[in-house]
Amino acid sequence: MSLYRYSSPAAFYPLAGMMAPWFAGAALLCTVAGLWIGFGIAPTDFQQGEAYRIIFIHVPSAWMSMFVYLVMGFWSVLALSFNTRLSAMMAQALAPTGAIMTFVALWTGALWGRPTWGTYWAWDARMTSELILLFLYFGVMALRSAIDDPRRADRACAVLTIVGSVNIPIIYFSVQWWNTLHQGASVSLTAAPKMASIMLLGMLVMSFAAWFYAIAVVLWRVQAIILERERGAAWVAELPKLRSAVA
Amino acid sequence: MSATATTATESPYGAFGALRWAVARDLKLALRSRAELGVQLLFYVIVVTLFPLASSPEKTLLATMGPGVLWVAALLASLLSLPRLFASDFADGTLEQIALSPYPMPALVFGKILAHWLTTGLPIVVLAPLLGLQYGLDVPALTVVTLSLLIGTPILSLLGAIGASLTLGVRGGGSLLALLILPLYVPVLIFGAGAADAVRAGLSASANLSLLGAGLLLAFVGAPFATAAGIRIALD
Amino acid sequence: MLFAGLGFSVAAGKALVITGPNGTGKTTLLRILAGLTLPAGGTIRWRGEAVVPYAAGLREETLYAGHFAALKDELTAEENLRSLVSLSGAEPSDADLRAALAAAALAEKRLLPARVLSQGQRRRIGLARLALLARPLWLLDEPATALDTTGLGLLAELIARQLDSGGAVIAATHQPLDLPTDAVDRLVMG
Repeated sequence: MSLYRYSSPAAFYPLAGMMAPWFAGAALLCTVAGLWIGFGIAPTDFQQGEAYRIIFIHVPSAWMSMFVYLVMGFWSVLALSFNTRLSAMMAQALAPTGAIMTFVALWTGALWGRPTWGTYWAWDARMTSELILLFLYFGVMALRSAIDDPRRADRACAVLTIVGSVNIPIIYFSVQWWNTLHQGASVSLTAAPKMASIMLLGMLVMSFAAWFYAIAVVLWRVQAIILERERGAAWVAELPKLRSAVA
Repeated sequence: MSATATTATESPYGAFGALRWAVARDLKLALRSRAELGVQLLFYVIVVTLFPLASSPEKTLLATMGPGVLWVAALLASLLSLPRLFASDFADGTLEQIALSPYPMPALVFGKILAHWLTTGLPIVVLAPLLGLQYGLDVPALTVVTLSLLIGTPILSLLGAIGASLTLGVRGGGSLLALLILPLYVPVLIFGAGAADAVRAGLSASANLSLLGAGLLLAFVGAPFATAAGIRIALD
Repeated sequence: MLFAGLGFSVAAGKALVITGPNGTGKTTLLRILAGLTLPAGGTIRWRGEAVVPYAAGLREETLYAGHFAALKDELTAEENLRSLVSLSGAEPSDADLRAALAAAALAEKRLLPARVLSQGQRRRIGLARLALLARPLWLLDEPATALDTTGLGLLAELIARQLDSGGAVIAATHQPLDLPTDAVDRLVMG
């Protein structure tokens, strides 16, 4: 038995169902631990006071938001080059999670900006690129929902995602360039004070929480996508869950 | 006579022949519907004219806004013209024949994009200095903003073609196209409008223009292939 | 799934006529053969070798005439014909173009924009295109649509000439085509 076997939706469906609760459990544990470290143990920042604690949510979600797009790009390349349905379904399942992570990063960024910079929104390079990233996610999701034929949607979204992945570093670089050209309009974060190691630990644990959460949610979502797309297939009708639901 | 004509080209189905076919045909078609092109250009002029009315005719403000306005208007005009890049060829079956032609499809697609730029992008570049005068831009700023549009608008056509191919025959094509493409336009906008800003700040615009040039090269290499892939997906 | 378990081959000098009710997949089958549509399964062999969609060899040797005539309203009949034929890789002379249009009974309409041509006349431009493109394989989707008796006669003549010169034809059609019976295989779908 090889890993290749799991490239078929029918084989992957039970595997995903088996793995998802474990990742969800791990996400829950890490969240509790991370929040406890972040809000209970980590000391108050001598410059920013308590407000800085939002980074325990902000930074992991910002990391995830970019990482998820790259993973989408990876699955899209697979989907286009090998024409595998499951890869495209993985990319499809990742998009909403990536968009949510981006949104959370933007939202918490604004909440953090208010007490520290005195404004909800600054045209900071990172915030601006994050906003554009959100539009990229919306674009992929909108294209998906506008195309009726799932196979065509798979491939069109894959092309768009790959083009977007090539563009993300360029967008990031261009926004940073633009930002330095218009100095004074924003506050630089690169000069942030050295972080205590306990803060770093809290952020690391919360990053794992975000990872595990994303994996669990994506697995569940991919299960739903598989069911929806393969509803005519015999193996779906044989699923115990569905059989008991019908009976 | 005909024997010498056939030996003139080396490979029977070369990229150059494809390019010539697509450019000649699309230019001829564009010339036959000149009024449409005029409308697109007018749109550009009107958008540029609206900004001072919406803010203020104050001179220093206009000179600050000018390059950015010219660029945003160029973006919008390009977006307005893009849905038609492939739509009629898609509807009447020409796109099928393009996809099945023995000529390399990316070259045919590039020819169409080039013709699109010549008929929609180039007029914008030519008009830009004139409209820049409305904003009180001085000669160095006018030169740079025109130059940046000259390098940048082909990138808009190339990137836009990808979006146009992906949204062929799709519900809400036009606004969906805007959602897909505008985020990708961001770097072009920044480097393009930034070039004139740099000049106004007394700096050199060469870094901005070089980066635009690099972007043009990247789009030139990648976009025809991505667009060809998008068209094949739409035809499937 | 439209169809499965379909197997056939077409030899040089032979025509395969595909018939069957609407919605049984005739057009889809032709589009798969042309390389436009990806089949859910199965193989297509050209000259004995499996080909993928858009393989260069296949594009150079086949001619696909679909539902849509691929005509531009703004161009004249002659410009449309020249444009289509040169897109398919041939460079006909002016005399060739005129002869082909005359054979399709379009000599007088040559300089009219396609906008004003009737449906049948538009289809005849397609026939003139066939006459100018001698490819080893023609894939014709409903070639007889909107043609009158003389148009049908011309179509039959063109197909017969293609078969005589060792070419092959696969045509999906509702109407009977007047072809020599010994050169025709039939495939009924649905």
